[in-house]
Formats: sequence, C-alpha cells, structure tokens
Amino acid sequence: MITQAIFYFFAVVLIFAATMVITARNPVHAAMYLVLAFFNSAALWIMAGAEFLGIVLVLVYVGAVMVLFLFVVMMLDINLEKLREGFIRHLYIGVPIAAVMVVQMLLVVGSGIMDPATLPSGDLPIPEDAANTALLGSVLYTVYVYPFELAAVILLVAIIAAIMLTLRRREGTKHQDPGRQVKVRKEDRVRTVDLPRNQQSGSR
Amino acid sequence: MAELIELVWILTKIGVILGPLILSVAYLTYAERKIIGWIQNRNGPNRVGPLGLLQPFADVFKLMFKEVVLPANANRFLFLIAPLLSLMPALAAWAVIPFGAGLVLTDINAGLLYVLAMTSLGVYGVILAGWAANSKYSMLGAMRSAAQIVSYEIAMGFALVGVLMAAGTMNMSGIVQSQAGPIWNWFWLPLLPLFVVYWISGVAETNRAPFDVAEGESEIVAGFHVEYSGVAFAVFFLAEYANMILISGLAVILFMGGWYSPFHGLPVLGPVFDLVPGLVWFVIKVAGFLYLYLWFRATFPRYRYDQIMRLGWKVLIPVTVVWLVVLALMILAGFGPWFD
Amino acid sequence: MTAIRDFLRTFLLWELLLGLKLTGRNLFRRKVTIQYPEEKAPQSPRFRGLHALRRYPNGEERCIACKLCEAVCPALAITIESEEREDGQRRTTRYDIDLFKCIYCGFCEESCPVDSIVETRIHEYHMENRGENIMTKDRLLAVGDQYEKQLAADRAADARYR
Repeated sequence: MITQAIFYFFAVVLIFAATMVITARNPVHAAMYLVLAFFNSAALWIMAGAEFLGIVLVLVYVGAVMVLFLFVVMMLDINLEKLREGFIRHLYIGVPIAAVMVVQMLLVVGSGIMDPATLPSGDLPIPEDAANTALLGSVLYTVYVYPFELAAVILLVAIIAAIMLTLRRREGTKHQDPGRQVKVRKEDRVRTVDLPRNQQSGSR
Repeated sequence: MAELIELVWILTKIGVILGPLILSVAYLTYAERKIIGWIQNRNGPNRVGPLGLLQPFADVFKLMFKEVVLPANANRFLFLIAPLLSLMPALAAWAVIPFGAGLVLTDINAGLLYVLAMTSLGVYGVILAGWAANSKYSMLGAMRSAAQIVSYEIAMGFALVGVLMAAGTMNMSGIVQSQAGPIWNWFWLPLLPLFVVYWISGVAETNRAPFDVAEGESEIVAGFHVEYSGVAFAVFFLAEYANMILISGLAVILFMGGWYSPFHGLPVLGPVFDLVPGLVWFVIKVAGFLYLYLWFRATFPRYRYDQIMRLGWKVLIPVTVVWLVVLALMILAGFGPWFD
Repeated sequence: MTAIRDFLRTFLLWELLLGLKLTGRNLFRRKVTIQYPEEKAPQSPRFRGLHALRRYPNGEERCIACKLCEAVCPALAITIESEEREDGQRRTTRYDIDLFKCIYCGFCEESCPVDSIVETRIHEYHMENRGENIMTKDRLLAVGDQYEKQLAADRAADARYR
C-alpha cells in the first residue's frame, strides 16, 4: 500500500518535471527540472530493484553531467525570445519527426528484442542473494565485453578529439608554470652580500 | 499498521543520527575557533559560558534572529532553496555510514556508490546559490567551486575504486569487516597513496582551506554565499561542517578500520581494548581527522586556482591510476596480511 | 640527483609536513592574549589619551590663553576665545576641543608654556549624543581636577627627558 503510494508519487513528479523541462522559460529552471526528473527516475529504478543503475544515474548524470550543463547554461546569456521565434514556422517539420521517432521507439520496444527472456545473459548461474552490482559486472565483462570496450574506446576518441580541437598554443602569453615555481630554491634567487662595517656610516 | 510502525521506527533512527550530528557540527565550529586560536597563540572564544562552551549556541541564536536579505533581481525560489540543496546531500549520505558493528540505518550493498553520489550532489547548492544571488562575486565563487568539485571528484572516485578492489565489496560494513585486525591490517597501509589522495580531494570537495577558493574572502569576499545572511547562511555553514564530518567518517571507514580498536585481534591488548565500544573508537578516529582539517586550515595558505587544477588533474589522478595497477598486482600476488 | 631529491620531496609532502610541525608546536605554546577588561597592557607615562586642563595647587587655572596650542594643532581641533578678567589677567572664556577632529598628536601639550593642556591616560570613553564630542572648558577642567595626582606624577616621571 505505502509502496504503491510512493511509486505513484515518484511517477507523477517525474512526468511533471519532464514536462517542465521542455516548457520552462528559464534555461536554469529547465536544467533543475531535468535534475528532478533524473532523481525521480533513479528512485523508480531503485524501487524496481536496480539499485546500481539508480545510484549510477544520480552519480553520473546528476553529479557530473548536469553540473557541467548548468555551468554552460549559466555562463551563456540565452535570449529566450529569439529561441521561440521559429516555433510555429518549424512545427510542420518538427511534428512528423517526433511522430517518426515515437513509432521507431514503439517498434523497438514492442518487437521483443528488449525482452529479458531473449537477451543473451550467458550461461552464468544467478545465485539467489547475489548483489545487483556484482551480477551486472560479471555480465558486462564476459558476455558484453567487446561492446563495452568499444564504447570505452569511442569515448576516449571523443575526449582526445575535443581536446585537440580546443587546444591551441598562443605565442607571447604570460602564464605561470607552478611546477617550475615549486622547484625554485632560495639559493637560486637570493645572494647574500657581505658589506664592510665602516661603510654603513650614512646614518650617523 | 505494521508498515506505519516501521516508518515511525525509521524516522526515530534518523532523528537519533541527525541530533548528535547537528550538535557535533555546533561544537566543531567551537573546536575550530579554539584550536586555530591556540595555534595562533590566542585563547579562542572564552566569554560565553564556562570556557566559552556556550559560544556555538550564541552564534546560532544570533543567526536565527537576523534578517534574511533577498538581493534585488535575485531568483527568489532558487536563492532560498540553494542552502537546502547543499544541506540535504550532506545529511542524506549518513544513511549508510556504519557507526559500529550493525549500527547503521540502511545496510545497502552499493553503499560506497551511494555515498559518492550524495557527495557529488553538494555542488548544486553552491552553483545555484552563486547564480541565483545575481552578484558577480557569488557567480565567480560558484564557477570556481563547480570546476573544483567536479575535478576532484574524479581523483576521489579513483581512490575509492582502490578501496573497492581491496575490500571486494561496496557495502560499508563489509569494507570495515574486511579490515578486521590491528592497526597495520587496515587499508591505509597498502593503499597509502590512495589514502593521501582521498584525503586531499576530500578537503578540496568540502571547499576547506587550503582549497577554499570558492569562498576566497580576500579575493571574492565570500564567494557563493556573499549575499546570504541569517538562517540561510547558517544552513550553508551547517552543510559545510556536516560534509567535513562526513568526509572524516568516510576516511575512517574506508582506510582506518572503522569501529575496530587499533589492537583488535592481538593476544593480550586486543580483548582489553575491545572492551571500549566500537562507536567510541569510531568517534575518536573521526575527531582525529577533523583535527587534521583544522590543522590544515591554520597552516596552509590558499592555493591559486591554476595550482588547484594542476594538482587535481596532473598529480592526483595519475598517482591514483598508477597505484590502482600496483594494487591489482598486490591482490594477484596475495601480498602481505591484507590480500592473502 | 637534485631532480630525484626534489621529486621525492614533492611527493612525500616534505615542505607541508614542516609547516604542520611549526603550527603543531605553536599549539602548545603559552598564549599571549591579554583578557582585556580584566587584564590590561602596561601604559607609558607619556600615553596620549583624553585631554584635560590643569590648575595650580592654589586652585588657579593654569591656562593664560596664549593660543599656542590652537596655532600648533594640525587638525584645527582647538577653539579658544579670551578676554580680560576683573583682576586684569588674560583668561579664556571658551576652550573647546573637538574629539572627532583631534588626532591625539600631543603637540598642544608640547607647546603649552604653563603645562596647562595635557593628555591623560584615559582611553576608554565614549559619547552617547551629538555634541558630546566637544570637550568644553568646564569638562576639561573637571577631568584635570579628577586626575591631577596621576597627571602630576606622570609629568614628574617624564621631566628629566624634556
């Protein structure tokens, strides 16, 4: 009874937040609603028993990705009026594309490919008390090891590409190198001079 | 009905954890002022009550009776919700912290992951506070803090992966139990570089000196909480100190043997020291780490922003990656008393 | 060789440990705080605090309205008006010091030929209303009367250096 109430609470908040993400006028508000949506879906996943996925959703999407999103949204001064200008004009392209995507999703989900019974899970015996995390790990590193490694390599390529595209070395900029600063010793810079005593007579 | 009773029971347990936690936050501020005072050859607060022991309450009452000023053009809702957003994860993470053998609110399997997720949420309060206040200084503070926390989370995550490999479980009680034994059996010794990296990034994650560029009172006044006053400021304060206690508690659980006494399992000393309850050992160890926080603050000057980024990305992360490989080899070789 | 040594020093956090050692030692040092209202730092007899006008032992006020202090005052804090008294002596009718303007330099005391205007050791005073910052002649004389003993002792102690 209480479990059901909690489920419906999370579900309603999730749908509300997801709607607000696309209708909120302020981009920062939209990003915060997206965070709320992630939270509620994570809660739903945890209620469904997928605690690893739920927590990783919070850790990765809320803890890292959305922080960077917010970072960018706050730095940019987005003009909302301009963004909304072409809403009606582009509607006749947008609606068919959305419809096609919905149909595609329905086909994929409804075709039975996603049915847990038909998915390859290997010949791994599943013990009764096994932790979610350990099971996921064992499947990920045996049955799905090639797709997993492939995804990792693709991400690495993306990182390197992004760094190469943005890295530029400008001539003549003045910047500090902390490594060299740390290495400096007193002997390199300070010279002690021995002044003869009788020469400092100016003061008297 | 049975569900209701369970709900009330859980709420009682939450209260039993949060009450002492908030009290220790109050006395942590007192300890901070006293200890930093002593280090600077001063006395620290000694006017309110005997030895100044009532000082935290005086501070709290002062903050409660002050007006919460809402800056012009501030985003009202986000401005007021930001302190709560920084306090919530700092308190929520305590749900999986084991204070002693079996003394834990929820003993979930992915406990370490949960704690990592909760600590990564604290940055929202800081960013939103900085943005919603509509002030240049708080915006600068928020940006600094966001970049710093996201960077150091990676090093911290890697350090925790080391613990994960050594313990073979993500359950917090399980991690402590796999360290059962005297002081040299705990994970701080085989994972020493990771321990140091964890602690450094833990200090950075909580925006404490010498990584307190987000506040940087000498450059950007007080950073993200310039515009806050009264209770809203007090909530930020509470969140910062609760986070310090949390990071110290995690350090104890992950590296310093949790609730075990330093002589656990030795022939004569072991049983004698085991007479002291595990909770007491836990609290003593946490207090030690909190003292380190204060000692660091009294000793080190603030890092420059580029130095912080260099340390995080170019020093700490490579160190953790190298030590993870070394650790894997040690585990494979069944090295020492830890991995046999 | 130095490269290896520097590397080790950096990674073993050697300099940071030295810093921690220093602050750790200071933790146990004797504290130097003076608990102000109960304890006070020692004062010199030359301390320059609140002003006062002194009298001769026979009760006659010392000030002869020469206005040297008014002339020397760098902050223009002193205002003096004078006229002839019934017995033919020149005396002040008004002697005001604006404490908000005064910078407590002590030039008035130095310039006074009859040791009349002096600065006392009083430094814990306050004003509660507008206008109280003006020390009138009456108030200055009252302060002088109240602290005459100490003022005389301080002047005597400092006399051989003048």
